Amino acid sequence: MRGLFTKIHICLTSQSSKSQHCSVPIQTSRTLKMAKISIATVFIALISLLLTLTHSFSTENPTDRRILVLLDDLALKSSHSIFFNSLQSRGFELDFKLSDDPKIALQRYGQYLYDGLILFSPTTERFGGSLDVAAVLDFVDSGKDLIVAADASASDLIRSIAAECGVDFDEDPSAVVIDHGSYAVSGTEGDHTLIAADDFIKSDVLLGSTKIEAPVLFKGIGHSLNPANSLVLKVLSASPSAYSANPKSKLSTPPSLSGSSISLVSVVQARNNARAVFSGSLDLFSNKFFKSPVQKAGSSNKYAKSGNEQFVTELSKWVFHERGHLKAVNVKHHRVGETDEPAIYRINDDLEYSVEIYEWSGSSWEPYVANDVQVQFYMMSPYVLKTMSTDKKGLYHASFKVPDVYGVFQFKVEYQRLGYTSLSLAKQIPVRPFRHNEYERFIPTAFPYYGASFSTMAAFFIFSFVYLYSK
Amino acid sequence: MAASTDTTAAAPSSTLRHASGNILAFFILLLIGVLAFSIRLFSVIKYESVIHEFDPYFNYRVTQFLTKSGVYDFWNWFDDRTWYPLGRVIGGTVYPGLTLTAGTMWKVLQMLNIPLSVETVCVFTAPVFSAFAAWATYLLTKEVKGVGAGLTAAVLLAMVPSYISRSVAGSYDNEAVAIFALIFTFYLYIKTLNTGSLFYATLNSMAYFYMVCSWGGYTFIINLIPMHVLLCIVTGRYSPRLYIAYAPLVVLGTLMAALVPVVGFNAVMTSEHFASFLVFIIIHVVALAYYIKGILSPKMFKVAVTLVVSVGLVVCCAVVAVLIAVVASSPTKGWSGRSLSLLDPTYASKYIPIIASVSEHQPPTWPSYFMDINILAFLVPAGIIACFSPLSDASSFVILYIVMSAYFSGVMVRLMLVFAPAACIMSGIALSEAFDVFTRSIKFYAFQAVDTVSVSTVSPQNNVVETDKKEDVLKERPSRKNKKKEKETVEKPLKKSEKEKRPLILPVEASAIALFLTVLLGAFYVVHSVWAAAEAYSAPSIVLTSHTRDGLHVFDDFREAYAWLSHNTHVDDKVASWWDYGYQTTAMANRTVIVDNNTWNNTHIATVGTAMSSPEKAAWEIFNSLDVKYVLVVFGGLVGYSSDDINKFLWMVRIGGGVFPHIKEPDYLRDGQYRIDSQATPTMLNSLMYKLSYFRFVETDGGKGYDRVRGTEIGKKHFKLTHFEEVFTTHHWMVRIYKLKPQRNRIRGKTKKSRSSKMSSTKTRTITKKNPWH
Repeated sequence: MRGLFTKIHICLTSQSSKSQHCSVPIQTSRTLKMAKISIATVFIALISLLLTLTHSFSTENPTDRRILVLLDDLALKSSHSIFFNSLQSRGFELDFKLSDDPKIALQRYGQYLYDGLILFSPTTERFGGSLDVAAVLDFVDSGKDLIVAADASASDLIRSIAAECGVDFDEDPSAVVIDHGSYAVSGTEGDHTLIAADDFIKSDVLLGSTKIEAPVLFKGIGHSLNPANSLVLKVLSASPSAYSANPKSKLSTPPSLSGSSISLVSVVQARNNARAVFSGSLDLFSNKFFKSPVQKAGSSNKYAKSGNEQFVTELSKWVFHERGHLKAVNVKHHRVGETDEPAIYRINDDLEYSVEIYEWSGSSWEPYVANDVQVQFYMMSPYVLKTMSTDKKGLYHASFKVPDVYGVFQFKVEYQRLGYTSLSLAKQIPVRPFRHNEYERFIPTAFPYYGASFSTMAAFFIFSFVYLYSK
Repeated sequence: MAASTDTTAAAPSSTLRHASGNILAFFILLLIGVLAFSIRLFSVIKYESVIHEFDPYFNYRVTQFLTKSGVYDFWNWFDDRTWYPLGRVIGGTVYPGLTLTAGTMWKVLQMLNIPLSVETVCVFTAPVFSAFAAWATYLLTKEVKGVGAGLTAAVLLAMVPSYISRSVAGSYDNEAVAIFALIFTFYLYIKTLNTGSLFYATLNSMAYFYMVCSWGGYTFIINLIPMHVLLCIVTGRYSPRLYIAYAPLVVLGTLMAALVPVVGFNAVMTSEHFASFLVFIIIHVVALAYYIKGILSPKMFKVAVTLVVSVGLVVCCAVVAVLIAVVASSPTKGWSGRSLSLLDPTYASKYIPIIASVSEHQPPTWPSYFMDINILAFLVPAGIIACFSPLSDASSFVILYIVMSAYFSGVMVRLMLVFAPAACIMSGIALSEAFDVFTRSIKFYAFQAVDTVSVSTVSPQNNVVETDKKEDVLKERPSRKNKKKEKETVEKPLKKSEKEKRPLILPVEASAIALFLTVLLGAFYVVHSVWAAAEAYSAPSIVLTSHTRDGLHVFDDFREAYAWLSHNTHVDDKVASWWDYGYQTTAMANRTVIVDNNTWNNTHIATVGTAMSSPEKAAWEIFNSLDVKYVLVVFGGLVGYSSDDINKFLWMVRIGGGVFPHIKEPDYLRDGQYRIDSQATPTMLNSLMYKLSYFRFVETDGGKGYDRVRGTEIGKKHFKLTHFEEVFTTHHWMVRIYKLKPQRNRIRGKTKKSRSSKMSSTKTRTITKKNPWH
């Protein structure tokens, strides 16, 4: 908020200075008028500021700013304060509401009021206000982000939101994840529902570059993902000895979910790059788990602090687009030796293609460096597939020869990497055959034919001459 | 009619008579031109000045490009807005004659400060050229049988319905100029044959070049003329004039034909042209034989003949063997599909569904002969007989022309167009001869009644005039060089015919009645032609009308849909439809299409056909892989427009199945019957075409879903589209445009799905129990 105020202040000063500057020629006019003008300019500045606020999620600044947090119980605000504070300290503006608050509204006049939504309300059967499953999904489909924490006794509402995104919580409402192998060692023996999980996804983009040393404490329900679903990722998997069942009753049938196919925390990146985190445990985010020491069963390593804080913070950075958000700009292509982009290429032309790719670091666009960005020259199938070289400053570049096939081609960059937003660039460009005067005039192999025709012509001329004048 | 006035305007001074006859003929020709032009304007008057149908829209678009970018850019035009993503090299695949003609006309008009739009010029190109065609017919028939026959033939051609059908104002297609070029080429050939002048021979090959530029039908010329040459040689009518008429045509014509990009090396590589080369060799052999015969004594000649024939046979066998080898190894196995279907009418429908699917490639029915050439059908035999008395080189050519074109028109209804001029020429000759005989008899008796004394002097005089005139036409006109030589040979038969000719004199009553009846016949022809021009052939087919009790209904749905596309979609969006609507979409909506009426790539068309016959999801995937944004279907079920996509659907299945075997025609037929009612097969009811055509159709008539074209209630009435969404439907539902839905933003999980699938499976189970047909 402080940042905003300073901004307004700067705007005010700049505007007023401008108006003063304007009023230089009319120095004699009354100061009242000047005041009026300056008020008007302030108003305009405010409005423009409002406008920029409403458009804060833009391609230029992909990080979310305003987040709605829906809670079952306002006590969560204090019991999970470390997590919330870390968000606020990173510049997010959190709006806490009870999930059955009748005033909840995600959008007003067709504009979304928030860029992110945190659902820490696992037991809510019905949201207040106009919010329902469809509204939440529309929110995601318009590119906004979502964190959902379920828990034992998660409501159908939460389950259906998750299912719509491809995350299937265990259908048995009383089941929780039990792990007799890698539970967190505590003072009492317990029922091994507090799990110390350390099977993280291996991705620096999702979980940051510093390795999470301590296991993450988890207590809640598990979910499964459809392996065919390419949009969801297991971030935290259960160990092979885990299973999902009701700890209080005896296990009569084999558990529906078991082993490492149980996902504890998953992320979803929709096709429009909206991101969502689904956790089976609300306690994962709690201050208690953040601070608690952890020792995994069967392991001698005892950590003073669980990995939860690091895990959750890094994950929240990813989900709110502070990391792993790519943009591609300045797509350029031209013939070798030229700078202007032609409207059409000819077959066998040599061309150069370049694109700049940047990654959002949370505050600015940094050059994205990788050696696996490929460009396709594509017409129904790729005719050219080439890895682009980079100058490490974001510029990717490739040069190749247009194939000897004419048609409407596309420059395609399909860059999908784990954790990164998907880049999908396609630029249409027609390729024409040779013009009538671009072929070689004389082909060496055809010289016998040239010789034949010219000698025939000469012979005919001599023949006519001889025939006509031989008498 | 004109012939009678011309021939009976007998004056003592023959020069004065000729002069007045020529002036009369000139004005008659002028009027014929006006007639030919104005009879084709019904479409403009009844509808508006628009381009018609499908192909003309492409020609129009090409002409626009030509007038904007010039000839060289046109020649090198690579069109990226059609056949996406393959594109089409327009310059190399189009017959440029029509476009260049209209473009030149437009340019000339611009230079004269007559600011006509390109569209107007295109609309009126066909009527203008039909006037030219009428004049060319006059010239051709004049060469064969004299001025009278020429004028009659020209009148007949000016309003023959078959030709009108392809050349009404707005019908801006290749045939419009090609028929003129065809007749004119034949005229120049006959002219060369009659005069033996190299000048006309050169003109002839230029006319042939224009024909090659204009229409693929030029192969008819390059096969018919060799055939005639062969006929002349076989019947012992070889003369140096024949050589001059033929040899330059083959050499120059082939060279020039090879200059047209679309023909190129085909002019020497495909077997359609081989007949001309073979005859070219034969005529040289024959010419050599005649030359040797001239310089040798008869005895020596006999020896030479046996020698040459034995050697020649060997050479011929070798040449034939080489030819067969070349034919077998040429790229299209010798014959292209369309030509093969000419020789074997069942070829195309057996092997090439894409050719068979075009209605104009079907054999015509008998009524269509009567519709298209009307009374000419009865006059043609009389004309053929007239051509046999006496048989000249020219008349034998006309006979050959009509015989060949009659055969080809029986194979393909489109070639009726080539048959029509021949029929007109024959009928012109027949009518003219009939008028000749009738008026001569009447005049003979009239003179007899007035002055019995002078009969004996008048009638032979009259007779001489008649024969003289005919001879004037028929006699082999010597070129200036060997005029003297030939005169002797010409005079002999002239005297002979004078002796032999006995004028046919009929009783005056009979001839009067016959004259009246012939005029009546002609009148019926005029009435029929005007009716055909006004009612049958003037509909532009992009605007439809129907008369009901409430009055006139206009269906302008096509343009409505194209306008919607051009205003509401992005300029680079791709529109998929069946190929019939490709040209119109590119020309009127300016959107990229996947396939169009230039059916050059069967696989691509089959891909679209497969998509249309597939269920929704598979179709979506096919279309998405082609970057298609919109799908356009034509649907006539609401207003009863019978040439809609559902009626063409079986062709899509066949063409699609020809390339992608998982599409099987029997899956779409119930017991061999094509139906869309409740008895239809599930494959049919789930096909994309069915769904896009009948989506929400049930809402139009309160739950019945009655299709007026098929005359049944549709089989599946209530359904939803999952991968497509309706974006536009025209006023009469004739064109429906759908948009491909984007890929789902999220992929749903199992839990929800499994529940729904359970539910649906139980549903289907109950249905299967209820429905005895499954």
